[in-house]
Amino acid sequence: MHELTVSPWASLAYLVAGVCFILALRGLSSPASSQRGNRFGIIGMTIAVVTTLVTHVPFVQHLLVSDTGSTIAVRAIDWTTVVEILAAIGVGAAIGLVTARRIAMTAMPQLVAAFHSLVGLAAVLVGIAAYLNPQAFGISDLVIPLIGQPFAVIHPVSRIELGLGVAIGAITFSGSVIAFLKLNGNMGGKPIMLPGRHVINLALLAGILGLIAYFVTDQAPWIFWTIVILSFVIGFLLIVPIGGADMPVVVSMLNSYSGWAAAAMGFTLHNSAMIITGALVGSSGAILSYIMCRAMNRSFISVIAGGFGTSDAGAGSGGSAVDRPWKRGSAEDAAFLMSQAEQVIIVPGYGMAVAQAQHVLREMGDKLKAEGVRVKYAIHPVAGRMPGHMNVLLAEANVPYDDVFELEDINSEFAQTDVAFVIGANDVTNPAAKTDKTSPIYGMPVLDVEKAKTVLFIKRSMGGVGYAGVDNELFYRDNTMMLLADAKKMVEDIVKALD
Amino acid sequence: MDFIAILSIFVLACFVGYFVVWAVTPALHTPLMAVTNAISSVIIVGALIAAAAAGIGAGSGVAKALGLLAVVLASINIFGGFAVTARMLAMYKKKERPVAPAASK
Repeated sequence: MHELTVSPWASLAYLVAGVCFILALRGLSSPASSQRGNRFGIIGMTIAVVTTLVTHVPFVQHLLVSDTGSTIAVRAIDWTTVVEILAAIGVGAAIGLVTARRIAMTAMPQLVAAFHSLVGLAAVLVGIAAYLNPQAFGISDLVIPLIGQPFAVIHPVSRIELGLGVAIGAITFSGSVIAFLKLNGNMGGKPIMLPGRHVINLALLAGILGLIAYFVTDQAPWIFWTIVILSFVIGFLLIVPIGGADMPVVVSMLNSYSGWAAAAMGFTLHNSAMIITGALVGSSGAILSYIMCRAMNRSFISVIAGGFGTSDAGAGSGGSAVDRPWKRGSAEDAAFLMSQAEQVIIVPGYGMAVAQAQHVLREMGDKLKAEGVRVKYAIHPVAGRMPGHMNVLLAEANVPYDDVFELEDINSEFAQTDVAFVIGANDVTNPAAKTDKTSPIYGMPVLDVEKAKTVLFIKRSMGGVGYAGVDNELFYRDNTMMLLADAKKMVEDIVKALD
Repeated sequence: MDFIAILSIFVLACFVGYFVVWAVTPALHTPLMAVTNAISSVIIVGALIAAAAAGIGAGSGVAKALGLLAVVLASINIFGGFAVTARMLAMYKKKERPVAPAASK
């Protein structure tokens, strides 16, 4: 029998790793300390991996025949396995580093979704490995019957942990794959509605929980594999009906799930680093989901239920407004208005990311600053496809982060602002959210751009509506000038006109 | 460690996570997701145990193969996650000192 109790030194090392992970998140409280925080994360991960490698050196047993003719078992380090493990780490490192270097900042939501799916799949694989070989994980007792082969009986508590771990991991995996396909444009952003999907999902969930409970009394393979398969299916069904605009919530939610999966595996392995990390990541994703839901004035349940942006009820209120008069402006008009302004607030949205307009936008900001205009950026929490999406893109374009403000910090300033420059945002500026009780986005906190003296609104054409499927009253206001063009093209023209 | 000790760590860590994450500035929410992604790959610990357990117990051969595959997946995440976080964080810059506006003309 192998001794499977963890040494106190190893437990201590895992605890230190867990503390490093806490410090990694703590560092993100300000951009100044964030890079140090990331280094703490790397140190923590190194400690966890090295500790595991050192305490779980693979061994092989050779049977040697001694001089006296008796056989003795000699334990030797299994170098083949050591090399295989190091090669596996090397392959992963190469793929990870190349991806991290090559990825465009606008593709960050897809990348995060893809990474989530890997955590989910890894959790499932570890769970299956633990089920197939419970002795290696120290979660079973070996029963030696009078007749037949000895077999491992997994501890009942470990069975629950294992069941939950693979279930959450599988949901994270299939859900993240769907989120990735939607974000990457391989799959339409439109929600896909299955009839009776709520009933199906609830039945599946009840089935999974019931099977995990039954798994405690019987560790038969069919139960374990059915849990895995049903969880893959429910992850897929949960995300398919959720539309593009709700992706910030979905990505945060899957982030949370990947944490809970790691925590469940940590329970199985009695590993404090995994449990601490899982709890941190789980609560982080949950808080981000909450912040995103609050920023859309929607309940978590209604986001999960899906289908936002397809209901016909919403379009009704704005549908009749298509023929209302609106003003169209040119790049020269916009350049003139902004160069005369004292303060300009730029409101970026997902459209800016799609058009890759962040660099030319910063150029425009620099030109205006050179003319003595105060330039600020206002970010709505759900602008873009993931939390903080716009901030990263602006940072990429070298916009200093102290020029970038959150909704609640800047909203009161629009009234004293000469020009609000809306680029690629729509629903988050819609005044109907404050006034029109019939609007589907009523109650959602929005940026008060209409209070600025002039609103410049870049939009591809007058036809389309935002993701919520509602017309924006802002277009028809007296102080709004519509700039109809591709966002990047329009800003380039404004930059030219500013020269 | 018994179950209650582990549960205690878990519950307290949830509270730590709650307070630490609320303190994260919204501007850094994307790096937060990237770094939480990287650290949740600490699941590699389980993958390494499975991969190193050749010869221990029945079913160790398949478990080892699954473990190695999980090591690859988790490594992608660890290296990719930390690298992309570092890349993002390096872009966040404070406003340059008054020398800059003159130079940017």
